[in-house]
Amino acid sequence: MKIIILGAGQVGSSVAQNLASEANDITVVDTKQEVLQDLQDRIDIRTVAGTASHPEILTAAGAEDADMILAVTNSDEINMVACQVAYTLFHTPIKIARVRAPEYLNYPKLFSQEALPIDVLISPEKLVTEYIERLIEHPGALQVLDFAGGRVQLVAVRAVEGGPLVGHELRELREHMPGVEARVAAIFRRGNAILPEGDTVIEADDEVFFVAARKDIRAMTSELRRLEKPVRRVMIAGGGNIGLRLAEAIEDRYQVKLIECSADTARRLSERLDKSIVLLGDAADEELLLEENIENTDVFCALTNDEEANILSSMLAKRLGARKVMSLINRASYVDLVQSEAIDIAISPQQATIGSLLTHVRRGDVVVVHSLRRGAAEAIEAVAHGDSTTSKVVGRTIDEIRLPPGTTIGAVVRGDQVIIAHHDTVIQPDDHVVLFLVDKRHIADVEHLFQVGVTFF
Amino acid sequence: MHFSSIQRILGLLLMVASTIMLPPLAIALVLGEGVEHAFLMAFGGVLLAGLLCWLPVRRQRRELRIRDGFLVVVLFWTVLALVGAVPFVVADQPHMPFTDAFFESMSGLTTTGATVITGIDRLPRSVQFYRQELQWLGGMGIIVLAVAVLPMLGIGGMQLYRAETPGPMKDNKLTPRITETAKALWYIYLGLTVACAASYWFVGMDPFDAVAHSFSTVAIGGFSTHDLSIGYFQSPAIELVAVVFMLLAGVNFSLHFVAWRKTSPLSYFRDPEFRAYITVLSLAAVVAVVYLYRSGTFPVLGDAIHHGVFQAVSIGTTTGFTTAAYFHWPGFLPVMLLFTSFIGGCAGSTGGGMKVIRFLLLFKQGLREIMRLVHPNAQIPVKIGNKAMPERVVEAVWGFFAIYVGCFAVMMLALLATGLDQVTAFSAVAACLNNLGPGLGEVGYHYSDINDVSKWVLSFAMLLGRLEIFTLLVLLTPAFWRR
Repeated sequence: MKIIILGAGQVGSSVAQNLASEANDITVVDTKQEVLQDLQDRIDIRTVAGTASHPEILTAAGAEDADMILAVTNSDEINMVACQVAYTLFHTPIKIARVRAPEYLNYPKLFSQEALPIDVLISPEKLVTEYIERLIEHPGALQVLDFAGGRVQLVAVRAVEGGPLVGHELRELREHMPGVEARVAAIFRRGNAILPEGDTVIEADDEVFFVAARKDIRAMTSELRRLEKPVRRVMIAGGGNIGLRLAEAIEDRYQVKLIECSADTARRLSERLDKSIVLLGDAADEELLLEENIENTDVFCALTNDEEANILSSMLAKRLGARKVMSLINRASYVDLVQSEAIDIAISPQQATIGSLLTHVRRGDVVVVHSLRRGAAEAIEAVAHGDSTTSKVVGRTIDEIRLPPGTTIGAVVRGDQVIIAHHDTVIQPDDHVVLFLVDKRHIADVEHLFQVGVTFF
Repeated sequence: MHFSSIQRILGLLLMVASTIMLPPLAIALVLGEGVEHAFLMAFGGVLLAGLLCWLPVRRQRRELRIRDGFLVVVLFWTVLALVGAVPFVVADQPHMPFTDAFFESMSGLTTTGATVITGIDRLPRSVQFYRQELQWLGGMGIIVLAVAVLPMLGIGGMQLYRAETPGPMKDNKLTPRITETAKALWYIYLGLTVACAASYWFVGMDPFDAVAHSFSTVAIGGFSTHDLSIGYFQSPAIELVAVVFMLLAGVNFSLHFVAWRKTSPLSYFRDPEFRAYITVLSLAAVVAVVYLYRSGTFPVLGDAIHHGVFQAVSIGTTTGFTTAAYFHWPGFLPVMLLFTSFIGGCAGSTGGGMKVIRFLLLFKQGLREIMRLVHPNAQIPVKIGNKAMPERVVEAVWGFFAIYVGCFAVMMLALLATGLDQVTAFSAVAACLNNLGPGLGEVGYHYSDINDVSKWVLSFAMLLGRLEIFTLLVLLTPAFWRR
């Protein structure tokens, strides 16, 4: 696929890196030559320097035969105009733009084909915020990912000594919880993937990915670790885009305190937020944290732009007694360094964002893509089309489908009905199938499975 | 300061104001009441005074500054109260001494409704009407009216408008042009008055009383054509109409404007000040009704309800109509009702008092201080609805409150010094400063029994209350007069 990415910021460059590894032709446009140079040195892409919305620049970037344009510069206006230019001059089929300002987003009519022709609007801040929100909602989970509009969720949980299922075989799960249906999709033990079988024994410290209907998540989590009390008090460090959005989203359900170090921003935040308490100060200030009862805080989220500060303030909060700490970390190497020991959950904004872009890159009818384990693994929701003669999945039981190695089918969503996959579940046309790939290298095989054979047409 | 342009505008305003005398003059002529000369004299006098002011400086075309606005407004109100007193002095009935006449005229114009006249029922109709008319014109503000009808006031109009309109935030114009805003306000005011008069008439008042009472109801004044006020009619239906229109007149007129533009009454309930206003009044009404019934003042629950509700609304909005001698009610009720009049109507309404929005701000500011003790590092803005108020406004409200209380204390002490008893002094100052009207003790029924010095002090209190203190007090500072 030929893809043009406008803007080499955090989102732009990490997407470029991720997509370039999948045999796509990527061109990145940005105004800053040195950033582009740096990017080009590291990954196999073409770069063009210039203003992203100018037709000349887009032509130079190869817009004439591009399949997709992804506008993620830091200006909403440039992103919107670039999509308009791509539509009018180059007829680019897929136009994705990042638009942040709710002042625009509140008027969906603006983005219709006859107005500003943008096919997909993405808002990384919104995705990250929702991601964190789900984590707060499910204490104990490392990751919570939605499929089929939230009816099915994929949850990553670290098994802890004392959980009823820990030290037992997976097949006992059904005896433990008669009414609850869940399927373990993958287990990562000391960084290596294990394909779960009936006789696999779960050990403490395993990272277990399971698929279940939303209502069963809590019960399943409690099998793997002692159930934690629901979260009531949340402290957020950093009142940037994500911090503010998160506080706005959860302040009705939780007691929220938001720490911000700039007086102007703190004032603006306090005017925007209704119930949250905005504190002016440094999130790494021990006095301030103690003053605000850090020891009774259920979740501490460090969400500033500065990842080192995030890590340090989270570690401090943890030491002072916060029950769980989360930290926004961009650099993959840092994630490995701190996750699970110093910090409970490292949140990678790129990973939360990339999935929604991959959805449009994948061939076949793929509805949702979630990138996992720093892009090595992937969970996707694909729609099965055709019939038993044209499709490689429809009309077959899960046992009969020739899945690539390391791939499991977790659940099938048929209309409103959620079916947790068993070996004898039969896939019907238009089923949404949730798959888990331990190794993303096999993604092409999975795409093949869900592409309808030529005879269909 | 441009004294010549101030003089020009004052002259213009006086000439416009002279027309106030025409409607009662017409009534006097038609009914042949023999008081025509009083109104004629007042009309001629005001017109002449205006002309004399205006003629020498009619070519001055300087724009008004903010400072000039204060001076014009205060001068105009004072002069108007002076000339407004003329008919009371000159007419054979009531034929009052000048102090009483000035008090009555000021009480009318500031929509206070405190009266020194006894035997109002026996006054000539034209004088009765004149009193009501003074209230009606004072309600929305004569200057606002002048801004609406005198386009040549132009930019200077904003300064005048600001100095006269009540409320902490005065710059929210309804329309881009000040003249249009003033007109819109007056159309709403006029509309309310017509609706009120029609309703009174419909529920059984005679047309004269209906119009006269609609004037003082919508202006939140409290003058009546009867000594017994609304109680004279002995009609729950009339009381209900009065309650409804007092409530409506106590609401910010820009809310009426928005509701009328959008043709949806929902916008009222989205306004936090309106919600607080309704809450305070309902609370006062419920307490009054329960206490009246339980204490046996009104053994029939129905009586307790209609007297309690009427009096709570009438005093809470600072109108001052009475259906019963509330000042003889038992226990804490009279004082509680008097306290609600400190809260008064909404900003931008015709109501008096300190205005609901200021109390809301003070209350929230108080809560904020408590929160700050718990969270020393927290940033807590004072919010009304979802909007954070600028610190400037919050400060101004505190300043206002402090000065209001200060003025109250000083004037109360002055009244005590003249020999009034405590209850009378306290309630008289409260009732006049809040533009309420009837007080407690000696000033429950009327103000004619107190001494002349007190009457002057109270007249000053009324003007202070109507112009919201700062407009008047700023003239008393040396900084104002320094060039």
